[in-house]
Amino acid sequence: MTSTRSVSASQQQDLLGANAREQAALRRNGIIDRIFEKGTLTLALAVLALLGTIMASLIVAGWPALQELGWSFFTGDRWAANIEHFGALPAIYGTLVTSIIAIIIAVPVSLGIAIFLTELCPVSLRRVLGTMVELLAGVPSIIYGMWGVEVLSPFLREHFPTLFPAGTGLTTAGLILAIMIIPFITAITRDVMVTVPAMMRESAYGMGCTTWEVVRNVIFPSVRGGIVGGVILGLGRALGETMAVTFVIGNNLFLSPTLTGQGTSIAALIANQFPEADGLQRSALLLLGLVLFVITFIVLAIARLMLRRIENRAP
Amino acid sequence: MLKRVAATLLSTSLVLGATSATAAETITGAGATFPYPVYSQWADAYQDKTDIGLNYQAIGSGGGIQQITAKTVTFGASDAPMKPDELKKNHLVQWPQIMGGVVPVVHIEGIDKGALKLDGKTLADIYQGKITRWNDDAIARLNPDLDLPDQQITPVYRAEGSGTNFLFTHYLTQVSEDFANNVGEGKSVAWPSGVGAKANAGVASQVGSTNGAIGYVESAYATENNLNVAQLENKAGNFVTANPDSFKAAAANADWENAPGLYLVLTNQPGDNSWPIVGASFILMHTKVQNADAAKRALDFFDWAYKNGGEAASKLNYIPMPQNVADMVRKEIWSQIKGPNGQQVWQQ
Repeated sequence: MTSTRSVSASQQQDLLGANAREQAALRRNGIIDRIFEKGTLTLALAVLALLGTIMASLIVAGWPALQELGWSFFTGDRWAANIEHFGALPAIYGTLVTSIIAIIIAVPVSLGIAIFLTELCPVSLRRVLGTMVELLAGVPSIIYGMWGVEVLSPFLREHFPTLFPAGTGLTTAGLILAIMIIPFITAITRDVMVTVPAMMRESAYGMGCTTWEVVRNVIFPSVRGGIVGGVILGLGRALGETMAVTFVIGNNLFLSPTLTGQGTSIAALIANQFPEADGLQRSALLLLGLVLFVITFIVLAIARLMLRRIENRAP
Repeated sequence: MLKRVAATLLSTSLVLGATSATAAETITGAGATFPYPVYSQWADAYQDKTDIGLNYQAIGSGGGIQQITAKTVTFGASDAPMKPDELKKNHLVQWPQIMGGVVPVVHIEGIDKGALKLDGKTLADIYQGKITRWNDDAIARLNPDLDLPDQQITPVYRAEGSGTNFLFTHYLTQVSEDFANNVGEGKSVAWPSGVGAKANAGVASQVGSTNGAIGYVESAYATENNLNVAQLENKAGNFVTANPDSFKAAAANADWENAPGLYLVLTNQPGDNSWPIVGASFILMHTKVQNADAAKRALDFFDWAYKNGGEAASKLNYIPMPQNVADMVRKEIWSQIKGPNGQQVWQQ
């Protein structure tokens, strides 16, 4: 495309031996191409601008709180709006812990499902199971929240009363998040695994490889990037999930470094308090939103770095 | 085919839009969720009678205050009254429109409904995590004739900012100095112990399904969910049962006449039979309104509700405002609301 743009019309005639009509057509195509390029560029830049605007408005709105609270915002170990004590640590801790629990549970399960679907599943079942996994990804998060509070948390309370005295808590939220992101990671992993050329697979089998060896040594290395991409997407959803988490996390606003105890996450705290907040509390909540924005950004950046290192290592 | 469907949908929506626009005027308001059920009942009845509808968005008390301050609605509603100086600063007036009670609900297997007795200090200690078992001495002393189990207490609280939280913590700060110093009152507080559930319904469901749980809900939710409501000790030292009579007793003792800006929270009121946690839900309006007609319509509705809304309110476990308070509101509050020409909007 760049080459057609860099040559002039007369050169084109020389080069292609085009007559006047063909030349006009060429020129027209060039214009359409350019409009298309500019149009898509604008759309791409609009996303950046939107991202920048959101960030800027969060900074502007959160600035009064940052000025008023300073570092205590990041080091305070409780969020007590009624006495204007805003410490973000409990929420940050809860966000990270629940997301990590979710990823630890979801990744192996998702990979297992994806391997079964692409390598082992009878063809007749493959489409049905695949569609069902995709359907799970489309279930609204409030449904997961309701299920968590009505089914999962009473179950945990009944069967593991010492670990989950109330049924809710950080681990319960992590479990719900895991269930929510499994279909995402599974769907993406399955899609990238399907793209591995059949010939590669067959060659490996032809050399006498077992299914496990094919998956381990042929398929995974060639789709590592895609799988990491799926995990990143799942992690992004887990970090920002609000509705389902609010239902089951326990909403305790003190920092307690436990895994099964009650806690809160940034998104849950904002969802709970924003409608009734004004003044400094509102500003502090918006600042908290900025923190979530930054955390997500950092996590995604780390994931991309990992991805690059994996790709560099790949043969 | 698709085109025809789209055209039909479009034309239907246009027709519907046109009819609703030509229908009657509506009153716009936003705020507290607590009075929403009764406001919507009133609005239905009022619309049947006058053709004037009410568009009330139950977005929470804080949202109500924000919207009325920004003048995007004709009235705002809040469960926590605004302080007199805040009212003045924002050129607002407020009045109580309806009252309701907040009740502690418990779930202890083997304890009959309404049998458990609690006092404010014990309740505060439970919610601070200082009393952790139901057979604790402090609870046993209040209930000598009950056989309390050795069961862990799970306090359940409202996770989100809410007027119910405000009333409950306002009460606890009155009766426990310890609670006042360590937790304090507010719509969003940091509860040192327990489980946060979402909304009244969430608290009711969590208490209903957890043995050993204690929670607090609007009275209507306790009845609806058939929960075990504990008795509370009131200011006079009597243990009272939560019911419309004890709520009314608390409201009757409220001294609205001497409350500047009608700033009054009805917790821990005097009186032998007063239920200790009763609250009014307030309406907020500007003293100087731009649209006098809209303001007049809203006041007409609230006037109608004072006169005719009592029965619907009682059915939903709310307490209508007493006649004398309604009269005082009409005379002293509504007279302050003036239109652009400086004339009073409300005429008796």
